[in-house]
Amino acid sequence: MIEVESLTKQFGTKTAVDHLTFSVKKGEVLGFLGPNGAGKSTTMRMITGFFPPTSGDAKVCGISIVDRPAEAKTKIGYLPESAPLYRDMTVLGFLRFCAAIRGLTGSAKKSAVERAIDLCSLASVASQSIDTLSKGYRHRTCLAQALLHDPEVLILDEPTDGLDPNQKHEVRQLIKRLGETKAILFSTHILEEVEAACTRAVIVDRGMIVADGTPAQLLAQSATGSLTDLFRAVTSRDTETA
Amino acid sequence: MRTLTIYKRELGSYFSQPTAYAIIVIFLLLSMGLAFTFGSFIKAGDASLEWPFFFWHPWIFMLLAPAVAMKLWSDEQRNGTIELLGTFPVSTRSAIIGKFLAAATVWLVALACTFPIVVTVNYLGAPDNGVILSGYIGSFLVCCSFVAVTMLVSACTRDQVVCLIVSVFVCFLAVVIGYDPVARALDSFVTPPAAEAAAVTGLWARLALWWHQGVAQVVEVSTSFGVWNHFASLNRGLLRLQDLVWFGSTILVSLLGTSAILSAKRS
Repeated sequence: MIEVESLTKQFGTKTAVDHLTFSVKKGEVLGFLGPNGAGKSTTMRMITGFFPPTSGDAKVCGISIVDRPAEAKTKIGYLPESAPLYRDMTVLGFLRFCAAIRGLTGSAKKSAVERAIDLCSLASVASQSIDTLSKGYRHRTCLAQALLHDPEVLILDEPTDGLDPNQKHEVRQLIKRLGETKAILFSTHILEEVEAACTRAVIVDRGMIVADGTPAQLLAQSATGSLTDLFRAVTSRDTETA
Repeated sequence: MRTLTIYKRELGSYFSQPTAYAIIVIFLLLSMGLAFTFGSFIKAGDASLEWPFFFWHPWIFMLLAPAVAMKLWSDEQRNGTIELLGTFPVSTRSAIIGKFLAAATVWLVALACTFPIVVTVNYLGAPDNGVILSGYIGSFLVCCSFVAVTMLVSACTRDQVVCLIVSVFVCFLAVVIGYDPVARALDSFVTPPAAEAAAVTGLWARLALWWHQGVAQVVEVSTSFGVWNHFASLNRGLLRLQDLVWFGSTILVSLLGTSAILSAKRS
């Protein structure tokens, strides 16, 4: 459902993403791992159509994001890193706005908003201004926005970042549940999350894939049987000269 | 359709926060205050709004119009919501138009709130209401141009203060450059005395004359970038095509520029 073909992004002379190729099928939850600055967010921004790629293409449900961006974007639900929101709105107002911009109207809009509020357990804060919410609720509000139109593809940039352990668990369960019927790509720093929620994982470093496989396969690749050790072995540290 | 959704959100954001109210109140205080004091609205005993009222509008707008529009893209960039907007199935163009129209609507409301002065002038005398309407159109167009220019600046920076300062400066230039006293001062500064121009002999004198003529042309061209000429004719009740084209193209170029900057920032 997500097919990334030789995707490349250069900022000036710096190559952030270097001919990345991978795919995510329906029913698959792909964990996207890598150190900070490895190009995870940039890749996600290209797949969602926010950044135009320097070269290569990404297809969502067979629709190229480069050639037919408007159509491809309707298939994607996206949670950006740091979960940006219009803070002057209420949760309900924000979700209604997002639903309207997704082309939902009338009762379809109403039920989509209700479903998203329900999925992300936001009922208690629905009429509250986003400005007054805690970080966990803000994060979930942004996640709800990504689920509104029941997209076939979900792209989540660090969906559990900044959440408490209970909230992390809930989000992982939600990802797992949604992953049964959708194609999900999510990035994370937390390696346990890979075992907890992913059916497959890739590790990227300096814009290139350095490891790819199911959590079991990745563990087998590691000399010590620990994902952390594998991660440390295949990725470079930012203290090294890039 | 999606432009309308963006428009509604922006308008809601203006009126759910103190922004719009503060600006409308300050605009009313300034425009009415200036009309009754320096504008000598009562003392002049003239049933028109051209000098006492509309004359002050470009000066007020150059300060307040950027305050309304400065957040349009700066805020999106600072909060990261531009990433949401960029991944929604909505084109940058629709978003720009929606935002522009929302800011313009705030000003439409502000101008509409000045209706008591129209009632007053009609009560005290017999003004030409066509001229007053034309003055309002001119005033609104100046305002829209400043909003569009500010929007262009706001696409460049995520800092609202920087956006405000730069836009106020640009709008200030647009106001003073065509303002009569300034234009005349510039003119006398660059135009060589007639006697000198008639008796040019030496090479240096000829070069100096060319230099003067060149500068005079630059001044003339830059004067035509000022809002004043176009605003003044509308204010007098002249609905000229050239003025409408000038305002229209200023707005259009600013909006296209905004779109170009936003796309350039992503690649």
